[in-house]
Amino acid sequence: MKRRLFIQKSAAATALVSLGSMGLQSFSSNPKKITILHTNDVHSHIDAFGPEDGRNANQGGVARRANLINSIREENPNTLLLDAGDIFQGTPYFNYYGGELEFKLMSMLKYDLATIGNHDFDNGIDGLYAQLPHAKFNFVSANYDFSNTIMDGQVKPYQTFVKDGIKIGVFGLGIELDGLVDSALSKETKYLDPIERSQDMTRILKEDEQCQLIICLSHLGYHYRDSEVKIDDLKLAKATQDIDLIIGGHTHTFLKKPTVVKNKIGLNTLVNQVGCYGINLGKIDFYFDDRHNKSADGVSILV
Amino acid sequence: MKIKYLSLLCLILLLSSCKNETQLYKIEGQQIPVSDSIPINEEIDAFIKPYRTHINKDLDSTLAYCVKTYSKNDGHLNTAIGNFMADVVFEQGDPVFYSRTGKHMDMVLLNHGGIRSILSKGKVTARNAYELMPFDNSIVVVELRGEQVIELTNYLATRKKAHPISKLNLKVDKDFNIQSALINGEPITKEKTYYVATNDYLYNGGSHMDFFQTNVGMHKLDYKIRNSLIDYFSKVDTINPVIDDRFIQIN
Repeated sequence: MKRRLFIQKSAAATALVSLGSMGLQSFSSNPKKITILHTNDVHSHIDAFGPEDGRNANQGGVARRANLINSIREENPNTLLLDAGDIFQGTPYFNYYGGELEFKLMSMLKYDLATIGNHDFDNGIDGLYAQLPHAKFNFVSANYDFSNTIMDGQVKPYQTFVKDGIKIGVFGLGIELDGLVDSALSKETKYLDPIERSQDMTRILKEDEQCQLIICLSHLGYHYRDSEVKIDDLKLAKATQDIDLIIGGHTHTFLKKPTVVKNKIGLNTLVNQVGCYGINLGKIDFYFDDRHNKSADGVSILV
Repeated sequence: MKIKYLSLLCLILLLSSCKNETQLYKIEGQQIPVSDSIPINEEIDAFIKPYRTHINKDLDSTLAYCVKTYSKNDGHLNTAIGNFMADVVFEQGDPVFYSRTGKHMDMVLLNHGGIRSILSKGKVTARNAYELMPFDNSIVVVELRGEQVIELTNYLATRKKAHPISKLNLKVDKDFNIQSALINGEPITKEKTYYVATNDYLYNGGSHMDFFQTNVGMHKLDYKIRNSLIDYFSKVDTINPVIDDRFIQIN
């Protein structure tokens, strides 16, 4: 009896030890890194600013941005490249070619997704539609209802991507058009409430689509200090949950670093915007593994 | 038996630790300047080149000659460059308006902030028109009652700024009280309707020119301010506007 018990005990101990070592081998931390690159309000700035420019001499330019993006993609192929709208209007390239060159170059740079800014309506909704064949990337907007326009079916509320096994959901938001875009240009585009639509989007992306990373591509603007009611990215971040990153535009805001906002349930949401005219490229790296416990340890943000 | 239980326990432990899914634990953010230290991508640059060459050829061909450098900061209540832009809108816009309505414009009002650059001495090109007026705003003609035109003159007198005007003559005293306001050499009549040309930005509430809101009608000319400048540059040889007496202060 006694011997048998010993065997039982030692067998159990062996099992535990072997399980322990098995655990170390088979449950490696499985680290993954997703890189999000982003631009906003490039406004047809295809060439770099000239050497004489008073503010941004020799800054920007698509041909340089291309090389920068290529080198980042070489380092990490699990990269998404996004634009937060106002691709159009600002240099004669737009006046002459109506956005054709902007879309062609963004396709060559392998943009994955963009949202629609108010200036993207500058040649009318028909002008935007006419340039779509030149874009090899999609547009998302969750709060512009295009169903009574020529753009019907061309813009989805959100799109998902899988990079290195991580599912990423990206939805788009646009600014209120009334007072900003002539209704002769936007025609019957309907503007829907961004907060309500964001709540729908985060529920769908988290519960139905099971996304592990949720990004909002917004052209609402960074912050309107003087208005309590005019929605902006900071207000959106506070009023919603489950958004990891809001990539903004419209206000041409140059931030020293991304802003961390406590969301509706007290967790952190990151808000970023990189000025305008392709002067900067935003880069946000998301690190995943199965060793850290997000709910216990939280997410550390280094900005 | 006990081994069985222990194994089961181990299995549960193992399964539960396997359920430890991949989670986000760290975020790093940075902004990378697209500076001139980054080499140019030759493939992209070669793709842009034909577009760039075409635009440059078009924008840089000489259309006229400008006798000196004009800035919107030269002048008190009227500037040479502002007078030039307002006069061009009248000269280029009025024939279009007349051909469509059988009426003539009475005056032009633009905004000082809408002059986006200087006009340099030397050759004048279409690029100058893009610099002066990068926005795609178009000429509109607003039908205003005399009452609103008086409001318009009050606006100009209280703002004390050289908003570009054409065909309106305004004199204010040292306290900016209006001494005379004439259109076509005649005082403004409250009951009369005036055809005031401006751009769609100002008509839609830009620069708080609220008097445009109380209007009798509005006519779009589908003629961009920039294109009116380019057409004018193409038509004339020399650009030599002056500061005159259209809006002045008298003692």
